[in-house]
Amino acid sequence: MSDREHSQAEGRRKEETEEQTTESVETEADLDALDDLLDEIDEVLEENAEEFVKNYVQKGGQ
Amino acid sequence: MALHKVLGTETEYGIVVRGDPGFNPAVASSLVVNSYPGQRVKVQWSYEEESPGRDARGFGHDTYGLIDPEGAVVNSVLSNGARLYVDHAHPEYSGPETYDPLEAALYDKAGEVVMHRAAVAASESAGRQVSLYKNNSDGKGNSYGAHENYLLSRETPFGDVIRYAMTFMVTRQIFTGAGKVGRENDRPETHFQITQRADFFEEEVGLETTLKRPIINTRDEPHGDPSQYRRLHVIIGDANLSEPQNFLKLGTTALMLAALEDGAIPDSLDLADPVEACWQVSHDLSLGRPLELDGGGTATALELQGRYLEWLSKYVEKELDEPVWHQLIAEWERTLNLLSTDPDKLSDTLDWVAKKRLFEGYMARDELQWTNNKLRALDLQYHDVDPERGLYSRLAKRGSMRRLFTDEEIAEAVSSPPTRTRAYFRGRCVSEFAGSLVAANWDSLVFDIGETHLKRVPMMEPLRGDITLVGEILDEAEDAADLLRRLEG
Repeated sequence: MSDREHSQAEGRRKEETEEQTTESVETEADLDALDDLLDEIDEVLEENAEEFVKNYVQKGGQ
Repeated sequence: MALHKVLGTETEYGIVVRGDPGFNPAVASSLVVNSYPGQRVKVQWSYEEESPGRDARGFGHDTYGLIDPEGAVVNSVLSNGARLYVDHAHPEYSGPETYDPLEAALYDKAGEVVMHRAAVAASESAGRQVSLYKNNSDGKGNSYGAHENYLLSRETPFGDVIRYAMTFMVTRQIFTGAGKVGRENDRPETHFQITQRADFFEEEVGLETTLKRPIINTRDEPHGDPSQYRRLHVIIGDANLSEPQNFLKLGTTALMLAALEDGAIPDSLDLADPVEACWQVSHDLSLGRPLELDGGGTATALELQGRYLEWLSKYVEKELDEPVWHQLIAEWERTLNLLSTDPDKLSDTLDWVAKKRLFEGYMARDELQWTNNKLRALDLQYHDVDPERGLYSRLAKRGSMRRLFTDEEIAEAVSSPPTRTRAYFRGRCVSEFAGSLVAANWDSLVFDIGETHLKRVPMMEPLRGDITLVGEILDEAEDAADLLRRLEG
């Protein structure tokens, strides 16, 4: 690792520490958002996943 | 100074006719292309000798009202300068020549709208739902391409491209991948990988694109003055839905090639085995796998990309002091930093990370294993171009994907050409002189103005035919004959 890479890595670690306080709050919000998203996707998801996957056959192209 | 990097994309879409598992893909693709309701001209494509309607599986199948699929017109030029046609057994959108990577990503996105509109119209005439997917694999060993094209100088020795671009192409996969459940083509087992395409690359260099796919494709078809230009045909990329990701893929590659032409890449960073490294990078979700270097030692894809970023940041400061390139460097730097510290934070930027987050969410909630078909279904559905069904579109609509373009900008790019390349001339001619346009090619248009001979307008210069050169002439021309007179004058 060059000096420059070393200092970049240190910089990153520093940023991480600074971000950590807000991180846990964001994660909770992220999880809620993900749950909402999955609920929304459930409504449009292919009804028969197995059949859909089985029938998705393409001819090879370029 | 390197030649300006005019660039563009070409994407083959996956196709399904619902309720008809035995459908003929060539016929269905022809129907899609012929049904497109937007402004376009159905033309002869001058050099094509393909027979896209020919398919051994086709006989006896429903032809959806197309009586003679062999004779069906399956080529058209759109008012945005793009080409919409059937390639093999897929509908394909080749975007117009664009001036910079931001514009190239915009016109690639416009292609998704074109395909969706075509699929809706095709479904109406077929009486069955035709669905299109902007992806590159069916998960069963069949792949189809999303290619990129970059203008190079003929003076650039192709050996230099092979030498300097190889490692870049292999390692850029960490931010170009669209993600895929499972593996194909006899590559080692994996639950989920970064790219759709990596498993299919079997050669370092070659002419093939449909089998034994090479990392560097040697197709030499410049679509311009062959004494001055090359066109690098890049086949080792995934079809991206994410706008910033597509910008990143196209921009870093264009920049790399410009720097390569200017001799600004100091080291080829040779890998010991680029073909093996290809799938190794794609299968490594930890992003920490050391790749063997040719001169001994190892480096990760992320470390190697860090080297390119370092060199190309300097190159931009010195040679390409324009906002689009600064925007690109910032995006690239952010992406590499997050990939090394917290890749999950890129779930709004990279298709593969967005998919991984989604799949892991489903697995946790529904207690699924990676082998569950539901995940494979989600994987495919991410790429559906129907904005109601496509999971990328659903994510984008709720603000979970970063956007670079507004819906209005994309709609404009569906109907109008870019203004800074010859695509401008082509697109405007489609809009205004459609009745007189009989044949087209990337580097020419052929008009029938009622005289004994057809009139061919050569367009051998990718940057000539832009708005500053022909805008006024096109505004003033009363008809095609008048246009040709003014062009000669």
